[in-house]
Amino acid sequence: MLIIDNLHASVGDKPILKGLTLHVPAGEIHAIMGPNGAGKSTLANVLGGKPGYEVTAGSVIFRGEDLLALDPHERAAAGLFLGFQYPVEIPGVSNVQFLREALNAQRKARGEEPLSGGEFLKLAKEKAALLKMDMEMLKRQVNVGFSGGEKKRAEMVQMGILDPAFAVLDETDSGLDIDALRIVGGGINAIMRSPEKAVLLITHYQRLLDVVRPDKVSILAGGRIVETGGPELALRLEAEGYDSVMA
Amino acid sequence: MMAEAATLPTRRDEAWRYADMDGVARLGVAALDQWQAIDVAAGTSLTRSLVVGSDAPELHRFRVTLGEGARAAFFVTNAGGDYTRVEIEVRLAKGAHFEFGGVTIGGAGVTREFVTQVLHAEPEATSNQTVRAVHWAGATGNFLGEIKVARHAQKTDAAQDFKGLLLEAGASANAVPQLEIFADDVKCAHGATVGELDEAARFYMMARGVDPATAQRLLVQAFIGDAFVALTDEAEHERLLDAALSALEGAKL
Repeated sequence: MLIIDNLHASVGDKPILKGLTLHVPAGEIHAIMGPNGAGKSTLANVLGGKPGYEVTAGSVIFRGEDLLALDPHERAAAGLFLGFQYPVEIPGVSNVQFLREALNAQRKARGEEPLSGGEFLKLAKEKAALLKMDMEMLKRQVNVGFSGGEKKRAEMVQMGILDPAFAVLDETDSGLDIDALRIVGGGINAIMRSPEKAVLLITHYQRLLDVVRPDKVSILAGGRIVETGGPELALRLEAEGYDSVMA
Repeated sequence: MMAEAATLPTRRDEAWRYADMDGVARLGVAALDQWQAIDVAAGTSLTRSLVVGSDAPELHRFRVTLGEGARAAFFVTNAGGDYTRVEIEVRLAKGAHFEFGGVTIGGAGVTREFVTQVLHAEPEATSNQTVRAVHWAGATGNFLGEIKVARHAQKTDAAQDFKGLLLEAGASANAVPQLEIFADDVKCAHGATVGELDEAARFYMMARGVDPATAQRLLVQAFIGDAFVALTDEAEHERLLDAALSALEGAKL
C-alpha cells in the first residue's frame, strides 16, 4: 500500500531523512520507533506534505500513485490520514463544521455525493462514542481549550469520521494517561485494523503497542530504517535501549 | 463635528491620512457634503446593517445622535471595487450605547476604510467597535477611530478593537485610534494587530482534505466573525458575511 524508497528529505538546509526505505502492505500495522532526532516526525510530515519539508531524492508510492506529487488535501482524498503530534487549534471554526467540510471535500474529490447535515451528525456521533467523547465537545472550536489527551482523542474521532485507508500516527500516545491510552488504542484498532487498511504508528513507548499490537516494528535512526522485526523488537528496545539493539 | 467640506480634503487632514486621494477626487466635492442624519430617541434602539461597494468610488457618511439610554448598532461589509469610505459620527447621551462591527475586505489595489468619531457627551454611555480588515493584491484597509469623552462624561466605557489579516506581501492595514479624554473616571480600551493567515491551521485543514480555497474561506470567516457577533438578525448576519466571503473569491491562496 505504501512503498517508500531511498527517501531523502531536508528541513531548511539540514538533511534529516537519508535514504529511508520502507514497505507497508495492506493489513499491516507497522510501528516506527527510534531515538529523539532520528527523523520520525520528519517522516510523518513529509508523508503528509507539510510545507517546509523538501524531498531531495527518492520516491513514495501510495496505492500505486506518486504521493509526493500530490498536495496535502489530495493526499487526504487519496486515503492518507496524518495524526498530528501537536493537533492545531483553530479558533472560530467548530469541529463539526471543519470535519463536515473535510469529509465532503474528500468525497467530492473521489466523485462521491456529499453527506447531508443529518447524515454527518449521525456518523460523528457514532465515532465520538467510540472514543468516549461527548458530542458537545465536537460542537466546540477545533482543539481550542482541549487538554492534551482530549486533542489526541479528537484526532482519533476525526480519523473515524474520515475513514482513511492509511494512517500515519505521529506519537498519538504522547500526553495520554493510562485510561485515555486504552481508549485511543482501542479506537485505532476499531477504525484501522482491517485487511484493506494499514497504519504507520510512530511511538516511543511499548505501552501503546500493548494495546495496538503491531505486525512489524522498525527502528528509525540517523534518517534511515536500521532494523525491522516483529513485535519482539519493541520489547527488546524497551528492555535494553537503542544503543544495545542497534549495535 | 467635522467641518463641512467646501473643498477636497488633503492627506494633511488627520481623518484623510490614509485615503486614496485619486478616489476622493473622483467622488467630487458634492459627494463630500452628503451626510445622513439619524436620531435615535431616548430609550429606543436602531440597527443598521449594510453591504457597501461597487465598481465606483463610494462615500457613506452618517451622523447619529443618541438620546438617553438609546442604542444604535451599525454593521458594515465594505467590499468596494474602488475607493470606499464609511464614516460614522456618533453623539451619545447619558447611558446610551453605540455598537460598530465593520469588515473591509478585498484586493485589486483598492483602499477601503472606516472612519468613526464617537463622542461620549454625557455620563455612563458605552461604545464598542470591532473592525476586521482582510486584504491582498496591494489593497489597503484603514480604521480611523476617534473617541472623545467630555469633561463630565464619567463612567464612560469605550472599546475599540482592530485586527488586520494580510494574505500577501504588498497589502496593508492601518489602524489609527485617537482618544481625547477629559473625564477622569472612564474606561477606554483599544487594541490593534496585523498578521498573516495561520499556516499551521491551514496545513492542518488541508491534511484533513479541505482544499486550499475552502481552508482560506473558513479561516477568514473565523477571523471576521468577531465583527458581526453582535448582529443577532440571522438573515442580515448571513448577508454581511456572505458578501465578505464572496469578495474573497479570487484572492491569493
